[in-house]
Amino acid sequence: MVKLTSPDQLVSYREKLQAARKQDKPCVAICGGTGCRANRGLEVARTFRNILKKKLLGEKVDVRITGCHGFCERGPLVVLLPGGTLYVSVTPDDVEEIVTASIEGDSIVERLTYQMPGTKKRVSRELDIPFYANQQRLVLAKSGKIDPTSIDDYIVVGGYASLAEAITAMEPDEIIRWVEKSGLRGRGGAGFPTGRKWRACRQARGYPKYVLCNGDEGDPGAFMDRSIMEGNPHSVLEGMAIGAYAIGADQGYIYVRHEYPLAVENLRIAIDQAQEYGLLGDNILGSDFSFNIRISRGAGAFVCGESTALMASIEGFSGEPRAKHIHTSEKGIFGKPTTLNNVETWANVPVIIDKGWQWFAGIGSENSKGTKVFSLVGKVKNTGLVEVPMGTTLRHVIYDIGGGVADNRKFKAVQTGGPSGGCLPADELDLPVDFERLTEAGSMMGSGGMIVMDDRTCMVEVARYFTKFLTKESCGKCTACREGLLRMDELLEKITCGRGCAEDVELLEEVGVYVQTNSMCGLGKTAANPTLSTLKYFKDEYISHVVERRCPAGVCKELTTFRIDGAKCRACGKCIKSCPVEAITGEKKVAHIISQDRCIKCGACREVCPFDAVVAP
Amino acid sequence: MKHKKVDEIIDKYDGEKSWLVMILQDVQQEYHYLPASALERTASRLGISLSQVYNVATFYSSFSLTKRGKHLIRICDGTACHLRRSSNIRDEIKRHLGIEVGQTTADKKFTFEAVACLGTCALAPVMTVDHEYHGSMTPDKVRRTLEQYK
Repeated sequence: MVKLTSPDQLVSYREKLQAARKQDKPCVAICGGTGCRANRGLEVARTFRNILKKKLLGEKVDVRITGCHGFCERGPLVVLLPGGTLYVSVTPDDVEEIVTASIEGDSIVERLTYQMPGTKKRVSRELDIPFYANQQRLVLAKSGKIDPTSIDDYIVVGGYASLAEAITAMEPDEIIRWVEKSGLRGRGGAGFPTGRKWRACRQARGYPKYVLCNGDEGDPGAFMDRSIMEGNPHSVLEGMAIGAYAIGADQGYIYVRHEYPLAVENLRIAIDQAQEYGLLGDNILGSDFSFNIRISRGAGAFVCGESTALMASIEGFSGEPRAKHIHTSEKGIFGKPTTLNNVETWANVPVIIDKGWQWFAGIGSENSKGTKVFSLVGKVKNTGLVEVPMGTTLRHVIYDIGGGVADNRKFKAVQTGGPSGGCLPADELDLPVDFERLTEAGSMMGSGGMIVMDDRTCMVEVARYFTKFLTKESCGKCTACREGLLRMDELLEKITCGRGCAEDVELLEEVGVYVQTNSMCGLGKTAANPTLSTLKYFKDEYISHVVERRCPAGVCKELTTFRIDGAKCRACGKCIKSCPVEAITGEKKVAHIISQDRCIKCGACREVCPFDAVVAP
Repeated sequence: MKHKKVDEIIDKYDGEKSWLVMILQDVQQEYHYLPASALERTASRLGISLSQVYNVATFYSSFSLTKRGKHLIRICDGTACHLRRSSNIRDEIKRHLGIEVGQTTADKKFTFEAVACLGTCALAPVMTVDHEYHGSMTPDKVRRTLEQYK
């Protein structure tokens, strides 16, 4: 059993591990993120182990299930280390061929490598693929390389060196100054300066003090924090321990969303291992500093991403926020001084201590330093996790990394900030991703969800979707939020169902502003953003719905009629097969017809038609 | 004996009332829902009112006070899935099973729920059956998948 009782012992242990592990030993690194697991990723890993064992290569080649590699669209992902060959969309049936060609032999299985769009050129090295080459991965750097259930893997790549440095060679005040000067701001959405938060908590009177990690990540379409908690849990523990030392706390909680069982599991394993090694618990690395972390699970409430609601939940209550006239840094959980930071914020802390505040402050824009992890999803070619310096433009993320709009359709909007954010049109594609610039444009950074929408997305329906979500998630305490969102939902329902009028659109905006200005907490204050931003940039769509009684995107069923354009139809039959209610008829060489009596307006035929023959005039 | 399991769960958390949310989660995992008697026992053991336990049990969406079916079908209604027409998947499940979201079939075989986001956006639209993921769903795939569980 390993118990490290000094920083020197940590250094020696790391050196011993590095010497024992041959740096050039072949390793098959398989993405173990939830997305790839859902796509038979673990079966791929098992197949590798079985085949390597059968070929007597089990001792010579490691098989490692790692954290999320990020390129979710092409999972399951397999990287052959140390060379860095990336295979995409790997199935268990492909494994034997990979082993024969690339592990026993020295060749590449071309059909399993990434293919550049346009040129169709095959790219086999992970770092040469534009999706990765255009990113700057700091927080996610280690996720694709290490087994998240192995503390040794984390230590070997330098893990816990920052903690050792902080608690033995730095004073708490110095650490806080570093975090202040680095310019690190909260990555959960509000972007509050992290150093200022820590300092306020350090100065507050009260004992014990607490550090909390917000792993609630309720924004639909966001899975950055999930991937960090699943893929590199020790980075969060290390960050929290450094923060606890700086603030003077000895207790910590990680609040993990109920829907993330793998994150809970990997964090539990990591905490147990860190305690065993003397890197958490009493007298860390033989010092006077003690710090314990416990995991608290959410139970399905978006509002518990709000700091005071989260604390209420940990205390055993329903997640109702409170007014923050008295900041939680003074009186937080259990009435004690508390620092709450987001998962990604904590994961940045060891990086800052390791590389220095100046290095960190050199990345990003004037007021937004460092990098930001985004989950790039929706109608985009390369769905996945992306990490870029703050100040990178939306265009760079969506096109150079994301590969552009899926199926080469027309870009319409990008939604950032989840239900608290807004939708930005094509004119804003050159906007730098930065706290202030996104807010000025009518959206917000949020936790990092970035959702791409195309010409078949109805922006009114998007506003309705987010508003309906928020009506369910409102805690109900404030009249403005509770009643205002219900009224907005009713108005949006009217408009999208073809019963709205121009006055409804005006009233919708008025109620939205009212909810914004009269709600107590962050949920209510930002709840109208999806509606107000779509009214700002896509008013013409609202007008189409209420004046022309038409949904231009062909989404709102009552305002849409699908027809087949006889001139474009090639009678291939794909639409007939896709129709769930057999509403389409047609024979070979005869243009197909949609029966309007049977059609349920699901749009499946339009999605599958290779000739764009299904139209919604 | 009747409360043995509930007592074991509460003892695991040292009988501390601040762990109420986690206690209820473990009770639900054991019984597949929150029986009224379990709520009463929890209140009694933790020294808090039943109304406080009820408040928490009805605030959080993952808790169910009614018995669930043998198989739990969840549809992801996150933004990425929504954009890829999760509504069609929802409608197909409704049509196939004859129940709305939040309901259980009369034969107690299936319970149908919607979740705001499962975090597997590359596979949108996503459905889970008993925590097993089924991605890139179409109405036709819904029918074929559900047939396997009948």
